[in-house]
Amino acid sequence: MRVNPRFTDALVRHFLNLQAYFTVGLLVVIVFIIFIKGISNCSLSFMLTYPEDMGRHGGIFPAIMGTVFLAALSIVFATPLGLGTAIYLTEYTRESRLTTIIRFGVESLAGIPSIIYGLFGFIFFVIKLGMGWSLLSGALTMTIMILPTIIRTSEEAIKAVPRNLRIVSHSLGATKWETTVKVVLPSAAPGILTGIMLSIGRAVGETAAVIFTMGSSLRLPASLMDSGRTMAVHFYILAREGISMEKAYATALVLVVSILAINILAYYTMNRVIAKYS
Amino acid sequence: MSSKTAVLKERIIKQVLTVFAFSSILFLFLIFAFILVEGLPLFYKAGVNSIIFGMKWAPTKGFFGIFPMIVSSFLVTFGALIIGAPLGLGCAVYLAEYAGKRQKMFLKPALELLAGIPSVVYGFLGVLYIVPFIRNFVGGSGFSLLATSIVLGVMILPTVISISYDALMSVPRSYREGALAMGSTKWQTTWRVVIPSGKSGILASCILGMGRAVGETMAVIMVAGNALKIPGSVLDPLRTLTSNIALELSYASGDHRMGLFSTGVVLLSIIMVLNYFANVVIRRKVIK
Repeated sequence: MRVNPRFTDALVRHFLNLQAYFTVGLLVVIVFIIFIKGISNCSLSFMLTYPEDMGRHGGIFPAIMGTVFLAALSIVFATPLGLGTAIYLTEYTRESRLTTIIRFGVESLAGIPSIIYGLFGFIFFVIKLGMGWSLLSGALTMTIMILPTIIRTSEEAIKAVPRNLRIVSHSLGATKWETTVKVVLPSAAPGILTGIMLSIGRAVGETAAVIFTMGSSLRLPASLMDSGRTMAVHFYILAREGISMEKAYATALVLVVSILAINILAYYTMNRVIAKYS
Repeated sequence: MSSKTAVLKERIIKQVLTVFAFSSILFLFLIFAFILVEGLPLFYKAGVNSIIFGMKWAPTKGFFGIFPMIVSSFLVTFGALIIGAPLGLGCAVYLAEYAGKRQKMFLKPALELLAGIPSVVYGFLGVLYIVPFIRNFVGGSGFSLLATSIVLGVMILPTVISISYDALMSVPRSYREGALAMGSTKWQTTWRVVIPSGKSGILASCILGMGRAVGETMAVIMVAGNALKIPGSVLDPLRTLTSNIALELSYASGDHRMGLFSTGVVLLSIIMVLNYFANVVIRRKVIK
């Protein structure tokens, strides 16, 4: 018997629709569970007080600050490097063997799993360079990890800037660098910012690469050489060692809400860029 | 500023940017160099066979066999693919072919947000909801290949969706119009024309999804049970290459630590092979 193709078409449409909403439903359920279970233990004082007794009581202030420090430092290191690479690839060179090699490097870095970054950061920064478990070791490891994201998004953003702007700038006597800094980068800024925000999100949520480089000290890091704990690491330790489920949920709430906020902001910024150029 | 200094300045800037651009290559080299330098000596010392095909992992007693972990890593990766790929591809097809503009504006960012959820959160929810569910309704302790595959299956969704979506979107509009003009339904067009044309990108999305699954660590540690055996069924606990490293790195020293770097060497090799295949698959299409 031959099934009516229109019937199959309608059936498939509903089935695929279901799949898409099921997947979005997963996100909703995850956020909902974290919210419901975490909200009762999550307050302003939870975010602003120090933990006591391994985190069984008290708040997560040092973990929040540790996260902020780690993300800020890695962005400070990775942005010039990544943006510089993107400018080089788009403005200063043509597609050649050299750019193929650089792109291969960037793609490969993007594919390396975080635990390998953890291993590398541990042996290179922590042990060989003698930085120990520290904010600096963590931030340098994270820098390498987020570099591909910053390079790719910046490159896309710079490429999207209309060619005419560059030609006009050159014809007015501006050098390549002046054109890049005064004309190209301001137009590409929102796109570059998107990459930076996505990278912040990545650094905030990362655990495997951070725990072996930054360590897991519960104290507030006072210098670059101090160990510290990010929210993700704190949450992992609370949950894995069964220290406190209530505090784990509350930490997860702060963690997930910050990451979602950062990502939504990144998406919104990117959409403004797309709207501008199309 | 005289034109001479301007030229000089331009030249210096170009040099600096070139150095920046090579930093990625340098970092890649350093990562490989240090993992290999730390991990390879043990392959000489203990023997390649006794590590890669060894069944026993007791690093403090001189046993460095990681065969069960290699097998486990592959098992959870295929498990993740079985669960994640159909769902992810379905989402991608719906987004690319069926969803209206409005719907897309809501669905696409929502699906991308799944990628932002940290892996520890996936692991945590896996322990609290999926593991007990399996224990109560399917059997075993719940910490199992099945639980790990489910958690990883969800975690690879964003990779599978976004890359196969891009592949479907890059199929020229005229293909669809041609098929529809011949009287095909939407689904016939999608199934017989669009999907075959986007095949290589779809395949690449699955390979990259496998790369994601094989490299995932924290979520796996939490739900896999970490037993040092090849799982006999989907309900048995297992330990992957990544979790082996993460579970023991903080206290390992000497040969034990080297054993973890050897595990890293094997993991890195698997990842590079997967990335290579993904690249080949994508490039083949570009040449065509």
